[in-house]
Order: sequence, then C-alpha cells, then structure tokens
Amino acid sequence: MAMTARQRAKVSLYVQAGIFVVAVAALILATDWKTIGNSVFNFAKIGPMFPDIFLIGLKNTLIYTALGFIVGLSGGLLLALMKLSSFPLYRWIATGYIEFFRGIPALLVFIAFGYGVPLAFGVQWNVTIVVMISLGMVAAAYIAETLRAGLQAVPKGQLEAARSLGMPQWRAMVSIVIPQAFRIVLPPLTNEVILLTKDSSLIYVLGLTASQYELTKFGRDGISSLGAGLTPLLVAGAFYLVITIPLSLLARKFESRSARTKR
Amino acid sequence: MNDVENNARNTAVHAAGVSLKDLRKSYGSNEVLKGISLEVSPGEVVCLIGPSGSGKSTLLRCVNLLEQPNEGTIHVGGFEATNPDVDIDKMRRKVGMVFQQFNLFPHLNAQQNCTIAQTKVLKRPQAEADKVARANLERVGLGHLADRFPDQLSGGQQQRVAIARALSMDPELMLFDEPTSALDPETVGDVLSVMRNLAKEGMTMLVVTHEMGFAREVADRVVFMDGGVVVEEGVAEQVISAPKQSRTKEFLKRVLDPTHIDISK
Repeated sequence: MAMTARQRAKVSLYVQAGIFVVAVAALILATDWKTIGNSVFNFAKIGPMFPDIFLIGLKNTLIYTALGFIVGLSGGLLLALMKLSSFPLYRWIATGYIEFFRGIPALLVFIAFGYGVPLAFGVQWNVTIVVMISLGMVAAAYIAETLRAGLQAVPKGQLEAARSLGMPQWRAMVSIVIPQAFRIVLPPLTNEVILLTKDSSLIYVLGLTASQYELTKFGRDGISSLGAGLTPLLVAGAFYLVITIPLSLLARKFESRSARTKR
Repeated sequence: MNDVENNARNTAVHAAGVSLKDLRKSYGSNEVLKGISLEVSPGEVVCLIGPSGSGKSTLLRCVNLLEQPNEGTIHVGGFEATNPDVDIDKMRRKVGMVFQQFNLFPHLNAQQNCTIAQTKVLKRPQAEADKVARANLERVGLGHLADRFPDQLSGGQQQRVAIARALSMDPELMLFDEPTSALDPETVGDVLSVMRNLAKEGMTMLVVTHEMGFAREVADRVVFMDGGVVVEEGVAEQVISAPKQSRTKEFLKRVLDPTHIDISK
C-alpha cells in the first residue's frame, strides 16, 4: 500500500489544486454580484471620464513621476557618493537624510512641502514644483541606498586599475565605476520608478485645478460625480497597471541581461 | 618590427628607476613591510619572489601608492612619491600596473580599454589614442580582437589587453603583480612572452611572480622576500640556482618542480 515518492507528490498536488478550486467557488458563491455590478463594475456610466483621464490624468501622472525621478536620481547619486565619502560629516548628513525620509510617510512630505514650507517662508509654489520636490526628496532617499549598493558592488580592482592609469578619483568614478554601477542598479531603479508612479497619487492632498489632475484624482472625482460607485477608481487603477506592468517587464529584462553579461 | 625597435629606443630613453628606502607598512598591529630598501635602475628588470604573505605584493602596490606606506621614502623617476605634495595622478601616468585579476573595464571593449585613459587623462585626440591603442594591441598579439569585450576573451588574452592598456600610456616603469597566477596553464606562456619582449625592449620592470623559469631567464636581478624583509637579492641566476640563505633555499626547494627545472644546472 505504501506509495512511492512520486505518487505522494502527485497526490499532494491534486489536494492543493482541490483546495484552490473549492476556495474560488466559495468566494464566487459568497459574493453579492448585484451590488458589485452596480458599484464596482458599472462600466456603463464611466463614459464621461474619457478622454480626459487619458489626455490629462495619464499625462500628468507620467510628468509628475518623471520630475520626481529626475530629482530623486540626482539627489540619490549625490547622497550615495556622500555616504561612501571618506569625510565623516558627509556620511552623517547622508545617513541622517536617508533614515529620515525613508522613515516617514511620503504623505507627510507632500503636506509639508504643499502647505508647511510655503507658509513658513511665505512663498507660493505651483503644484508641479511641490510634486517635484516632495516626490524627488523621498525618492532620493530610496535611490541613494540602491545606488550605494550598486557602487559597492563594482569590484575594488576597477577603481585601482583606473587610478593606476593616472585618473583622478572623480574621473575614475565618472568613467569607470558609475557606468558599471548603473548597469547593476538598472533593475532596482526601474522598480523605484514603479513606486514613484504610485506615490505621485499622493498629490491629492493638495488643491488641484482641473488641468493638474492625475489618475487617482480623476478616479476620486468620478466617484462623486458619476454615480457608478467605485468603478472610476477601478478605471484609474487599470491605467496605473498600463504604466507599471511594462516597467516590471523592463526590470526583468534588465535583470536577465545583467546576469548574462557585464557589458 | 621597426615599430618594436622604435619603442625599444623610446622606452630606453625614458625609462624611470625606482628607489625605496626603509619602507614600512602596517595594517593595524600587523607589520607587513619591516623596513625595505630596494633600488631598480632604469631599464632593469627585477623580480620579487617569496612565499605568500611575505609582503611582496604590498611592496609593489606601495610603488604607485595604491598602498600608503607608514614610513620610508619612495622615488619613482623624478617623483618623490612619499612627498605629501606630490601630484599622484601625474606620477601614476609614468607607471603602468598589471594586476593578478586583470581588472579590465568590462563595459568597454579591448580597444576602448586602451584608449579611455589616453583621452581622459593625457587628453590625446581620439584618432591618435586609437592609433596608439591599436599599435599596443598588435604588440601583445591581439590586434585582431580589438573590438571584443573582456567577457569574450580568455584569461591570457585579457591579461595581454591589460598590458596593452598600461603600455598605451607610454609608461616609463611597469609593475606586474603576479600577472600569471590567475591564468589557465596553457595561456601563461603567451603573457610571459609579451613580458619577455617588453624586457628586451628596455622597459624598467618590477615583477612579483612565482614563475621561476621566467625570473631566471628575464630578470636582471631577483629579490627574495620573507616576513616583510628582503632576505636575499642578487643576479637572477645566482639567487635561484645557488641561493646563499637557508630561507631562500627552503622556499625554492618547495616552489621549484625538480622534474621541470634542474636547479643544479
């Protein structure tokens, strides 16, 4: 009666598949399809969202993300180099910055730069600037850690070889170490862009004019104006996936490329 | 072969000597170099031999300041390397270094490996840098592989590109840190023959090596180090074939394969 290892594996697989089927069936039976049809999958009423969610919302989300990424990448590179510096003060500043901005919710940063800083310094910033700074400063903290790991992953011999050819430290970093580090961090950096895309939604805490709406704001607006329940949020979510899934695939492609070659 | 002869004349004219005095280097409480003095005349080939941990690689790395000595003075060509005000980068341009692990730049092809420092450091125009790189790749027998990337080359080929890269800066002194230790046995010969030609052309060379055959044939002098001091030095043939110190004898007995090289010869 005793089963062989292969038979046992087969039985175990059937049992797992059975549990999955039962769970899905239970979920389908337990669901109130009528209500969900009205308030989540009510696609008949979302017509008015188009084409603005596409022309304005998607466009703004992409712009906000790109601006945040540019600031985050430059700031992150600076912080990473500071963190690896032999000068202790630079290291402390970088460490303090990174721990602070990684440790607080991005939402607070948006509020601080959206309301607090303009109030404290009596300045008037437009939304684009606020997003750029808030998103960029949070992103810089995460990107700094990614870049630091990438810079440290370049073998020490590379720097030594560059220096022994007479390159000053900065030139060796710019021409030899950073290009190699960049190849190493391309996959995690792409993931960082995905996080930024989603974090750009936090701008909803600021007062936006219609031309500044991004995807989430369109979704939230649709909830109150279209009478289709949460369906507009579902549409906004789908648009995020349109951005993030290709990025995900791109990250995976970079990853398999860097596993294959260092070029 | 006219090029080689020209190079020979050039290196002979420009060759730089090395002078080390009372060099000391410690890592924490571990003293690796315990007061080393060593002279290398322009055009001379000196091999450093000794057991691992004897400090020979550290000594070599001190010469172009990849390691900072704690005490002592280093003169390379006209530079006092240990003077805190010396322009290290300027000095290093005169000193080529070849590493055990090659350290080629993996994101650049062989040709670009040889041109990047020329254009960025010496500010040579790209066309001239390309020409120099090409000539040096030909010199190490790899002109036909100039557009290959390091990961498309064998270990021996990579090391020859690394030599061409160093030569492209027109160095007056070449440092070799166990250049064949990481190579497959069948590619060692190619690298050694490139180094042999370089020595013939009159390049000043300081070589850390375990290749006793090479040391005996090519080196003008051999320096045996153990425990951070120079135990014995002299004419290559004499140190390797008829060592005076018992520590040298012991080391050579362990290193030399009697079926490969006959010591008594």
